[in-house]
Amino acid sequence: MSAETSRPPKFRLGDHVRVDDREPLGHCRAPHFIRGRTGTVVTIQGAFRDPERLAYHRPGLPALTLYKVRFDQCVLWPDYSGPERDRLELDIYENWLEPAPTT
Amino acid sequence: MSGKQQNYRNNAGGRTVHDVGGLDFGAVDMDEHDLALWERRVDAMIVLLATDKAAFTVDGMRRVIESYGEQQYDNTTYYEKWCRALRNLLVEQDVVSQEELAQKVAEARATMRAAGRDVSDEDVPWNEGIWTGEADRT
Repeated sequence: MSAETSRPPKFRLGDHVRVDDREPLGHCRAPHFIRGRTGTVVTIQGAFRDPERLAYHRPGLPALTLYKVRFDQCVLWPDYSGPERDRLELDIYENWLEPAPTT
Repeated sequence: MSGKQQNYRNNAGGRTVHDVGGLDFGAVDMDEHDLALWERRVDAMIVLLATDKAAFTVDGMRRVIESYGEQQYDNTTYYEKWCRALRNLLVEQDVVSQEELAQKVAEARATMRAAGRDVSDEDVPWNEGIWTGEADRT
């Protein structure tokens, strides 16, 4: 993707990000169980046309940065019984992410 | 459905019908099966139309499948879902009309009957909401 069609990434490796917990209408690329949860950016995958627009026969530009975000399983599932070190990594588009609130 | 916990989910809290992560559906059926000829054909059509011809995107396929009601979603197989979505998208994009498709299905039924095949008269219901939005927006 060229500079005209995409924007520079808003987040960097290691950034703590929170997945928005909005309730969208129509096609959406953030699964329900991840919304409102906080994780860490581990990979910047590049910029891709917005699939939530492509789904409606639209160009999906400007392209969105796609991140791989790592979550602790015990954060995602309150009754998680596996080892504490278990993680889940998920690809999430930038329009679903915001800086994690500082605690 | 016997032995299956009911998980009402359609549009509850922004969770569409396919979005079942974290819900209890029991053990995953890991059995493999050989693909039928029609399933291979559906796959071929998707590859040709979504990539070569760029008639629509895989994202569009997903959007249609996600708009199914729970009953339709839970009671159709993988390739039945793709086949139905394919049909919706071809109509949305004016590649074929609903009338043309209905006519072809009638012709195919007649051909099959003439060949002595057992043919169902059951029509697959159209998915609600054929998208007619403008294609030139972002």
